[in-house]
Amino acid sequence: MIAFVLRRLAQTFAVLGVVALIAFALFNYTGDPIAFMVGQDATLEDRARLRQELGLDRPFYVQFARFVGNAVQGDFGVSLRQGRKVSVLLAERLPATLELSLAAAILALAVGIPAGVYTALRRHGVVAHALLAASLVGVSLPTFLIGILLILLFAVQLGWLPSFGRGDTVALGGWTTGLLTASGLKSLILPSITLALFQMTLIMRLVRAEMLEVLRTDYIRFARARGLTDRSIHFGHALKNTLVPVITITGLQLGSIIAFAIITETVFQWPGMGLLFIQAVNFADVPVMAAYLCFIAVVFVVINLAVDLLYYAVDPRLRIERGAAH
Amino acid sequence: MTASVSDVVVAGRFASKARAAWDSDLLWSFRRSPVAIVAFAVLVACVAGAVFAPWIAPQHPYDLASLNLLDALAPPAWVSGSKPGFLLGTDDQGRDVLSTILFGARISLFVGIASVALAAAVGIGAGLVAGYAGGRIDATIMRGADVQLSFPAILIALLIDGVARAVLPHESHGEVAIAVLILAIAASNWVQYARTVRGSTMVEKGKEYVQAARVIGISPLGIMRRHLMPNVMGPVLVLATINIATAIVIEATLSFLGVGVPPTQPSLGTLIRIGNDFLFSGEWWITVFPGAALVAIVLAINLLGDWLRDALNPKLR
Repeated sequence: MIAFVLRRLAQTFAVLGVVALIAFALFNYTGDPIAFMVGQDATLEDRARLRQELGLDRPFYVQFARFVGNAVQGDFGVSLRQGRKVSVLLAERLPATLELSLAAAILALAVGIPAGVYTALRRHGVVAHALLAASLVGVSLPTFLIGILLILLFAVQLGWLPSFGRGDTVALGGWTTGLLTASGLKSLILPSITLALFQMTLIMRLVRAEMLEVLRTDYIRFARARGLTDRSIHFGHALKNTLVPVITITGLQLGSIIAFAIITETVFQWPGMGLLFIQAVNFADVPVMAAYLCFIAVVFVVINLAVDLLYYAVDPRLRIERGAAH
Repeated sequence: MTASVSDVVVAGRFASKARAAWDSDLLWSFRRSPVAIVAFAVLVACVAGAVFAPWIAPQHPYDLASLNLLDALAPPAWVSGSKPGFLLGTDDQGRDVLSTILFGARISLFVGIASVALAAAVGIGAGLVAGYAGGRIDATIMRGADVQLSFPAILIALLIDGVARAVLPHESHGEVAIAVLILAIAASNWVQYARTVRGSTMVEKGKEYVQAARVIGISPLGIMRRHLMPNVMGPVLVLATINIATAIVIEATLSFLGVGVPPTQPSLGTLIRIGNDFLFSGEWWITVFPGAALVAIVLAINLLGDWLRDALNPKLR
């Protein structure tokens, strides 16, 4: 157990190290940072002095260590485009992305699980077939196209819902939330549906497959023989046993929801971190890119580590297998 | 005389081969699946339209001489106010939307197929080496693959593309953008091939023909290339088929986000992004038709892939 945890932790730090190296390389090899900072008429001596003051003449590993040291403290320098601290920019954008991602995750679970259960129980019904066909179309529709079609229908044609931005927000300490105002909630509807749709189809197919698998097992047959009601068999016995993989996959998908939020935020001009990143890419705003890169790497690595350890704790078979292999 | 006889023989042989192919399991299951037939027809139509775009498109949309600003923003033919000759309407520059779709599908399909080919080549190579060599080499390659697999492909493609744009000088974006894009999508996709090939290689390398090849002194590279590779290619081909759809979606998404192909050579994703600006002024056709073309291609490939996987799965026969 301890060896497994240590190995996973070592792997985690290796990944973070590689990502930090990429981010550092971005910083250092995209143009001369001195040229950004001094005027046209700065003399060579001025430049050299500034270079020395900033430590840019030091060896590679010293600079890298300093970069990592700053990054750990959340200091990624100043945005080239907006002239503000990157950490402040990211902190401002974080609530928008998290609220959107959370709403999408809840929506995906709230629709995906019942739909999966339904299609498994009524597997030959017309509605189940229609749902499965719709899920294939849902997988084939790129996220941004879903967003555009939703805007076209609900914002342009019907005029029911706003098509961009977050609506009015309320500041609670350092956190700005759109969940407390009517316009904020209305603005959340279309982006969260767009973001949830893909995960929804994924969860539905997963729950369906797991349910079909579980319904074939002996203990379900035994429960039927005991004369339990369908309701108690389906929800008390079958669904409960399908939920472990569903929870793990959903946990893993939380990271991709935050990643896919980049696309949704661009379509709906949602003022989150993803939109900030895309604008940074388009304007080659390196400090913002590097910071986002590190942020998303940490999110993924933490989620993966948590899921792996959870798996290990929940599934005893994994322990035996690993014990036999090593 | 002899020539004609041999012609007949060849023709006869060809006919019997065609006959055998027609009766084969695969085509039998194809004929029995209306979904596969329709998907195949749609795909053939889209690919043909894309390949022959310069000859069949009503207009060359990027030849400035053929454009007329007076034709701009005409709606599709069945909507009032349309202009003759523009079946699906025109964009703000007076380009025929149908023609831009045909030319855009060309870029989309090219990037999709090229990136899948590159990813498959790298993945097959890495998988063969990892599976055949085993030990430390295997562990290194597959650990890297595991790490990469825990990030979504689109994020990796986006990051590689973004980093490349930051590193390369701004002037060279147009020329190398497509190459960078293909590279980024391929880099985000090779792991699946490597895993599949590694699995089958580990099974195959214990078999007698590989041992025999080793005994007669063929080099490891020769064994991998000439003996192992042909035997592990089956699942790779199915995977590649489905992945073309994924690659096209990633390309379209990156282009939609504005970090994909340059606007001088728009793909379907770029067209959708350009059209997105006209959504609110009511010119929906500039976005909706390229979007429909994209969905048709992706859905057709996905359906064909699903059918192929089922048809080749012996458990389902």
